[in-house]
Amino acid sequence: MNNTNTQTQEKTDLLVVNNLTKYFPVRTGLLQRVTGQVQAVDNVSFVVKKGETLGMVGESGCGKTTIGRTVMRLVEPTSGEISFEGQNITRMNSRQLKPLRRDMQIIFQDPYASLNPRMPIGESVMEGLQIHNIGRPKDRWEVVINMLKKVGLEEYHARRYPHEFSGGQRQRIGIARALALNPKFIVCDEPVSALDVSIQSQVLNILKDLQNEFGLTYLFIAHNLSVVEHISDRVAVMYLGKMVELTDRDSLYREPLHPYTQALLSAIPVAHPNAKRGRTILKGDVPSPLNPPKGCRFHTRCPIAVEKCGQVEPEFREVRPGHFVACWLAE
Amino acid sequence: MSTDNTLLSIRDLTLYFNTQKGPVQAVDGVFFDLGYKEAVVILGESGCGKSSLAKALLRLLPRNVSRYDGKVFLEGENIMEMDEEQYRQNVRWVRMSLVPQAAMNSLNPVLKVGEQVAEPMIIHHGVKKEEALNQAAKMFQHVGVPVDFLDRYAFELSGGMRQRVAIAMSLVTAPAVVILDEPTSALDVLTQANIFNVLKRLKKELEVSFVLITHDIATSSELADRVAVMYAGQIVEVSDAHRFFHEPLHPYSRMLMASVPRLRANQEPEYITGQPPSLLNPPTGCRFAARCPKRFAKCSEEPPVVNVDGIQVKCWLYSN
Repeated sequence: MNNTNTQTQEKTDLLVVNNLTKYFPVRTGLLQRVTGQVQAVDNVSFVVKKGETLGMVGESGCGKTTIGRTVMRLVEPTSGEISFEGQNITRMNSRQLKPLRRDMQIIFQDPYASLNPRMPIGESVMEGLQIHNIGRPKDRWEVVINMLKKVGLEEYHARRYPHEFSGGQRQRIGIARALALNPKFIVCDEPVSALDVSIQSQVLNILKDLQNEFGLTYLFIAHNLSVVEHISDRVAVMYLGKMVELTDRDSLYREPLHPYTQALLSAIPVAHPNAKRGRTILKGDVPSPLNPPKGCRFHTRCPIAVEKCGQVEPEFREVRPGHFVACWLAE
Repeated sequence: MSTDNTLLSIRDLTLYFNTQKGPVQAVDGVFFDLGYKEAVVILGESGCGKSSLAKALLRLLPRNVSRYDGKVFLEGENIMEMDEEQYRQNVRWVRMSLVPQAAMNSLNPVLKVGEQVAEPMIIHHGVKKEEALNQAAKMFQHVGVPVDFLDRYAFELSGGMRQRVAIAMSLVTAPAVVILDEPTSALDVLTQANIFNVLKRLKKELEVSFVLITHDIATSSELADRVAVMYAGQIVEVSDAHRFFHEPLHPYSRMLMASVPRLRANQEPEYITGQPPSLLNPPTGCRFAARCPKRFAKCSEEPPVVNVDGIQVKCWLYSN
């Protein structure tokens, strides 16, 4: 599995994730005994290179948010290793992590829930600066205003409360807050899925512009494949806790190799009634991560599964240079 | 557009709500027509009043309504003139039904889903429970839910299955019109595709007409025969779907279409600056004027609805 990371050395690796696994215990009954494990993320390895955007797509419940939170060490991994800038951060305690938190920030999914409703947004943005003791207190306000201007807000907005803003504005405040600490790496967890389509691209453009300006690296988590296509350099596809395909954007969208990716892409609606497409309609629903199928986790719904798929789990292998697929039939 | 083929014809439908801050003009002079076996898509962003429109059509009104008028002709009969009892007996769930927003969470958790689907038959058609359950089983087959799911509870079903059950419930009394309020917005893309395939099939098999309320332009194109674009409580364009997705006329429709990210397209999606006006105190004149790149002096006056080769568009640009 580690060969995933060997060929990608030409650009520096910022974040290296090896064999990451996160199981959530399920407790039931009076004694709260552990009766099962939700296998949210199972043995996932990938690299995020400096300055790139790695898109991560999958249906709800596939473990993409858990990955985002685990690499931030907001959720403890069950096993596996996470390295940031060559430093193994998997077992660091909170004091050791604190300086790293400046470099790793997260933009949350729901702009309505991720801002303190009783705090003027300027203070929300400033909080990180105070915690990390950056700059002199009297200069901090100016940093905040600058950040707000970067995301298209004005100085007078800083004294307002979250309820006075629209969804798009709140998401931009979330971006300003993540940026205030001048981080190197940002996990964007579904940053536009709660926004109307007419303003989604505004937030995406801001993210792109800021990436160019500050040389940021993004892990961009989303379920919308069209959005991911617009912002990503490489894209990883998740299914039921497993990474099933990882490659650069153009190969993924033009020539997907995993049958799940093919089905996902064919299901994307096109805003045109005449656009005919050969649809792969998958049978059934995603199985429960409590009790995932043996072998390839996708074999229960796969249109081309063979006997082997139900018995032996396919390796996540490099089928073409830089194109990784976990499927027995891909070549 | 009002030919013999018109099943539902809506004119000047208006619904205002009283709030502490004043009246909210959620639905303001809405108009559109719907033919037999057709689907009209009501397209609009959050807060434009499209869910209120669904409530207004089915008369599922909250208590704080301050104004509710207009004309709604269902098969030539103005249903706005009916009293509540007539409406309940002749329209709601008899000829017109609803799949509510977040329908998957609107099922009763302590009743078997089969009983819930059968219930409208018992109430509106007075049939025996056994017969109603048979009818429910038929509907399950139509929407692609295994018949043995009749005895299950909502929590035992996945989101996509619950959505199908809600659709079955809306169809069981064989209404002429089904209003679907954001039927797939909480579902994953694969499930979404499945549900839309079901809807397309139902339109053919059951000869039902759909009013599909959604913000999802791409998905809506799957089903639409006609498109009505809603902005700040008003309809700004009613068009044939084919022509609309080729070339929308209203500046808002155009910008909305341009903001949809397209797969494998090199062109960047655009966005609309600013935000929709508050429906508490909407601007006079064209409500989109403040965000419109093509605005001119005239736009401060209420724009007329202009007929451009059969497309109705509420914009000064097209009036001469």
